[in-house]
Amino acid sequence: MKKNLTTVSFKGTAEQEKKLDELIALHKGEEGATMRVLQGAQEIYGYLPIEVQKRIAIGLDVPVAEVFGISTFYSQFALNPKGEVAVAICLGTACYVKGSGDIFNKVKEILGIEEGTTSPDGRYSLDATRCIGACGLAPVMTINDEVYGRLTVSEVKDVLAKYQG
Amino acid sequence: MKTLEELASIRDEQRQKMAVRHGNPANDQYTRHVLICGGTGCTSSDSPRIRAILEDELKANGIADRVKVIQTGCFGLCALGPIMIVYPEGTFYSRVNKDEIHEIVTEHLVKGNIVKHLVYQETVHSDGTVAPLSGTNFYKKQLRVALRNCGLINPECIDEYIGTDGYLALEKVLKTMTSQEVIDTVLASGLRGRGGGGFPTGRKWQFAANSVSDKKYVVCNADEGDPGAFMDRSVLEGDPHAVLEAMAIAGYAIGADEGYIYVRAEYPIAVHRLEVALKQAREYGVLGKNIFGTGFNFDIQLRLGAGAFVCGEETALLTSIEGNRGEPRPRPPFPAVKGLFGQPTIINNVETYANICQIILKGADWFASMGTEKSKGTKVFALGGKITNTGLVEIPMGTTLREIIEEIGGGVPNGKKFKAAQTGGPSGGCIPASHLDTPIDYDNLIAIGSMMGSGGLIVMDEDNCMVDIAKFFLEFTVDESCGKCTPCRMGTVRLLELLNKITDGNGTLEDIDRLEHLCYYIKSASLCGLGQTAPNPVLSTLKYFRNEYVAHVVDKKCPAGVCKKLMTLNIDPDKCIGCKVCQRNCPVGAIQINPAAEVKPGKRLPYLVIDTQKCVKCGACISGCKPKAIYKA
Repeated sequence: MKKNLTTVSFKGTAEQEKKLDELIALHKGEEGATMRVLQGAQEIYGYLPIEVQKRIAIGLDVPVAEVFGISTFYSQFALNPKGEVAVAICLGTACYVKGSGDIFNKVKEILGIEEGTTSPDGRYSLDATRCIGACGLAPVMTINDEVYGRLTVSEVKDVLAKYQG
Repeated sequence: MKTLEELASIRDEQRQKMAVRHGNPANDQYTRHVLICGGTGCTSSDSPRIRAILEDELKANGIADRVKVIQTGCFGLCALGPIMIVYPEGTFYSRVNKDEIHEIVTEHLVKGNIVKHLVYQETVHSDGTVAPLSGTNFYKKQLRVALRNCGLINPECIDEYIGTDGYLALEKVLKTMTSQEVIDTVLASGLRGRGGGGFPTGRKWQFAANSVSDKKYVVCNADEGDPGAFMDRSVLEGDPHAVLEAMAIAGYAIGADEGYIYVRAEYPIAVHRLEVALKQAREYGVLGKNIFGTGFNFDIQLRLGAGAFVCGEETALLTSIEGNRGEPRPRPPFPAVKGLFGQPTIINNVETYANICQIILKGADWFASMGTEKSKGTKVFALGGKITNTGLVEIPMGTTLREIIEEIGGGVPNGKKFKAAQTGGPSGGCIPASHLDTPIDYDNLIAIGSMMGSGGLIVMDEDNCMVDIAKFFLEFTVDESCGKCTPCRMGTVRLLELLNKITDGNGTLEDIDRLEHLCYYIKSASLCGLGQTAPNPVLSTLKYFRNEYVAHVVDKKCPAGVCKKLMTLNIDPDKCIGCKVCQRNCPVGAIQINPAAEVKPGKRLPYLVIDTQKCVKCGACISGCKPKAIYKA
């Protein structure tokens, strides 16, 4: 899967770093540790900055290339921080045949950012997701934890307007 | 730890408590049970809030000690969510709105009068009586085996599962059967893998049982990556214990003491319910050491996937559990010989496991009596796309697609014409109307160029362009190809390039031939199932909808009006009322009043026109146009 690297600078705190080190110590030596640590690290930081991946590699004593290989392989691992307003549009088949592709293009146009990226100010991020399972509501867009179902292209602008800072 | 006697008494007690849900009078103070769907679909349409409001209303009306509120798994009719069912009547309230709760509580739950205008209208008969849900078109042709507890029990309560014969199959197996008898029963039932390939489950178990090793594993594949399919998720959300119990039975059959469930991280509710179920199962001693005092040990660990479609392929899944990039391995050796951490392993899909306990309890003959000659039992399908009753259905094998789509699914909405049904996700194909009467089983679907797959069934109507659909699936596989073998990594990209060329209007007839040849190369040369089936969407659309490809190439037209480069948007001057809504919606300012400002007879305002040079064909104008004056050409 092709991933865009982040343009937002790393702002980790000492507290996050402490949690990460504990996590690494907990799983060190376990079979299949790298994935579990990456999943935990993503919960701590919200995404996986390269700085964090390097720390994991040193901590688990595996090559950075291996950690990076795993983090870029799986779509759940985010190399970009989520925006304050995290917009995701389902491009699963059920949503796609009901026009979610058009909705996606409209959102892209309004926000002016590409799939899988975050606006440089960190306000908006945009993701195309696989099926989120709300096929009964197709086509579906989620913003943070809110679900907007049975959307039409003309409604998109009003929905996004609610989140203007 | 519970003894078998304690389990039996819980079972009896729960059976009585749940009698209301079978339409019988209550044995305790709870005379009514209100079931609210807590599956992902209904949760997305706010069912947790509905439940909170309902509980407040019950308290306000002083009947909280007589009405029991239960959050269940998926009922199946996701299109009508949030869903609420009131027992013992079995009244089905659909698309429940928070403002309607008050009326349902005060009228129905307090006074006993069903609120007819809020129930699912198909259940209201012409004489004014309200029928239970089981009589509706959506449910009456269904036969629920894997989904038997979904929408009936509280998935976070092990007691309710025990009350529906839960952990009775495990007891029977451990106390009265040998490992070989278990395998023979599964073999005789004719159960085949529900994850897509359809390999006989009993044979898989036999291979693993025959492998000699002091460590073996049982793995559950819950990495349901097929976009538009949610069968496994619904089973895990609605009846997680059924999967745990079946895995323990599988462990006993092959001689394994450890299991792994590999579940998609995108399914937070399913993950949560599995965690709850595992904790309860350990507390009750139905998982862990020395189960039922028989000396059999079995425990299960959860592993979260991280969103890679290829991890649904069994060897890739194992590599991922081992903590690496989920790349498949060549087979043989098959996992039954050399699987997880190099040890003999069986991998079955969630729905396969969901059938096991029933087969043990009711016998192989009962299971084999359902279905067709070579495909026994039932199959769960996730109905989606252009269909009235979006949702989850379980039907006996051998039911025709027409029955599923027209009778159970309620047909294509908005008076549109059916074009194709897509099964098997990115590995499957599109089935045209001429094959709708094919009885569904593994072999028939392969014969008509599709496959069973995990059970996604997406309906498409005349507005869907089949070349575009093929392109959609190819974009998916290009994205999800792990990159290990060249035919899949490069071949799918070349296929997508050819499809893009065609939908952009630059294709030639030679391109269609080239496309077809390339498909066969990829099919025969790829390492794993992902690559071997990736060309299916292209091949099946080429087989049944070649005319659409030809229209794109020769006429430079997209018959369905989907491919943007091959269509224009126009306004019908006779229908346009000049309201300018489209002008406001247009993101690029392509819509203007006609240059002559001419007013059509019978209209008050001049009509509008679209500047096709500026138009980006986003379709924003169409969705806002009340008189439907804008058309694609």
